Amino acid sequence: MRGVIAQIWGRSTGRLGLILVVLILIMGLGAQVISPYDPNELDILNRFSDPTWIHPMGTDHLGRDLFSRMLYGTQTALLVAVSTIIVSLVVGTLMGIGAAYAPREVERAILILFDIISSFPSLVFALAVVALLGPGLGKVVLIVSITLLPHFGRVARAQVLSLKNAPFLEAERVLGASRARLVLVHIVPNIMGPLVVLASMDIPVVITIEAGLSFLGVGVPPPLASWGTLLNDGYANLTETIWPVAFAGLMLTLATLGFTLFGEALRDAIDPKLKTDR
Amino acid sequence: MPASLRFLANRLLTTILVIVGAVALLFCLTLLVPGNPADVLLGPRATPEAVAAFSKQMGLDLPVWRRLAIFFGNVLQGNLGTDVISGRPILTMVMEVLPFTVTLTFASIGLAILVGLPLGAYAATHPDSIGDRIGAVFSVSFIAMPNFVVAIFLLLIFSIWLDWLPVLGAGEPGNYLDQLVRLILPSVSLALGWVGYIARLVRSSLLEVMGEPYIRTARAYGVSDTKIIYKYALKNAAIPTVAILGLGIGRLLGGAIFAEIIFARPGIGKLVYDAILTRNYPVVQAGVLVVVLLFVLTNLLVDMSYGWLDPRMRQSARAGGGH
Repeated sequence: MRGVIAQIWGRSTGRLGLILVVLILIMGLGAQVISPYDPNELDILNRFSDPTWIHPMGTDHLGRDLFSRMLYGTQTALLVAVSTIIVSLVVGTLMGIGAAYAPREVERAILILFDIISSFPSLVFALAVVALLGPGLGKVVLIVSITLLPHFGRVARAQVLSLKNAPFLEAERVLGASRARLVLVHIVPNIMGPLVVLASMDIPVVITIEAGLSFLGVGVPPPLASWGTLLNDGYANLTETIWPVAFAGLMLTLATLGFTLFGEALRDAIDPKLKTDR
Repeated sequence: MPASLRFLANRLLTTILVIVGAVALLFCLTLLVPGNPADVLLGPRATPEAVAAFSKQMGLDLPVWRRLAIFFGNVLQGNLGTDVISGRPILTMVMEVLPFTVTLTFASIGLAILVGLPLGAYAATHPDSIGDRIGAVFSVSFIAMPNFVVAIFLLLIFSIWLDWLPVLGAGEPGNYLDQLVRLILPSVSLALGWVGYIARLVRSSLLEVMGEPYIRTARAYGVSDTKIIYKYALKNAAIPTVAILGLGIGRLLGGAIFAEIIFARPGIGKLVYDAILTRNYPVVQAGVLVVVLLFVLTNLLVDMSYGWLDPRMRQSARAGGGH
């Protein structure tokens, strides 16, 4: 673990990614502590304030403190990203392992299902679902994790197939280990590397989709702060002030850039082979 | 059956499954919409008689499986229903705006290839030079940046601060120059990320191809570097790029929604978005269906174009009597 972080730190792009990721994590996890104001506190008289010492990023169209809202937006982005990735990673991996061990017909069915899911334009699909069923955090997580299932499932299956007949597993089997023990104790830890890399590279994807849906007003319901809703509020009031748009766009860019660079460095550190696969 | 034919058959099967799945899914989603669709569409002041009549007219009183069958039949005949608000066929509405979205998508892809390909070729022929490194930083930044952020920033910089380019709309009909000018910002906002993608991809696959024996042979025969790169290497390096473009079209269609909304351009994205705001579900359904169709069919086309790019696949297909 320490070796991996040292390797990431050793490359300039990896270092930048790591710094940005840590910064975003501090902002998101510490939102309650760092925020100078209640993110939903209105101050109409003080709307569209430019950045000042009192309001480091200015205020929005309702006079809410933008810096506090940006911090809570970070929290929303992380919450959605992490829960989506966890759901998708667990379900996708299980499906992949299942496919590798299942009879041929079941395996084929699972693979076709993966093909079908990845043939959908995920954003448009998510948009249709939330548009029809109404916005909600849970729905966003559910839909986006379904669209990511094939990523994890395909890699997990390929990894298991290459591992299945390895001598050490043969030995375990001869010693009488059950299939559940083989999978949980021996296979899962061995295939985790590439899956974790995939997970970290999917984080910016999820952040972008969440922000995009929220920007269109069908993602995170108000008054919850999200970078997407902040961007949308700012866009609607672009003639009054440019700061909300500038800061929300900047946060989104830094987050996606940070996680992308971090993910790439992690990939190169853990599993350089993946580089040609993607 | 040769492998390539089996591959094509497989792809066709998946394509059909995806389309059937999409139609069924969109139908099922409307079942889950909270409240009676007739109430939602007619509004709170509709009389019970009006709601009942409307339900009958839309076939809402039929059992679910009959409605699904009717929906399938209608879609197969290209009947996407009638818009309740304007009373016009939805297919006509979609067809009216489709050219704008297609133009935007192709303009973006074209722009991305036009800029990304030479950048990637330059980076591959000058590895680790300053240009290569600067290019790499820009590539990764543009790939990481969500395209709606790029769009809003472009709008901010070029229309509001510098006041160089007109912002909104698609331009007057018939005035091609005006239309072209108004296409610039939206297509750049979509293309920028793909410039980065393509440059990176072309760079890495070109570097790989340049190490192949046939390139070494060509070089030993004294063929010029330019000719080697543009005539031999690039063609093979293009195969992974084409694969990415297939995925790209889908993402671009998704991105086009944002570009259309932000720059107030007519298009499928704008149509769907406006329909979401007015809870005009049949239009949402139809718009999404058309986008899925476009996406799936382009992916199929891209997969088939491998054969043209990679003669090894074409050969095996011809040997099997296909193509």
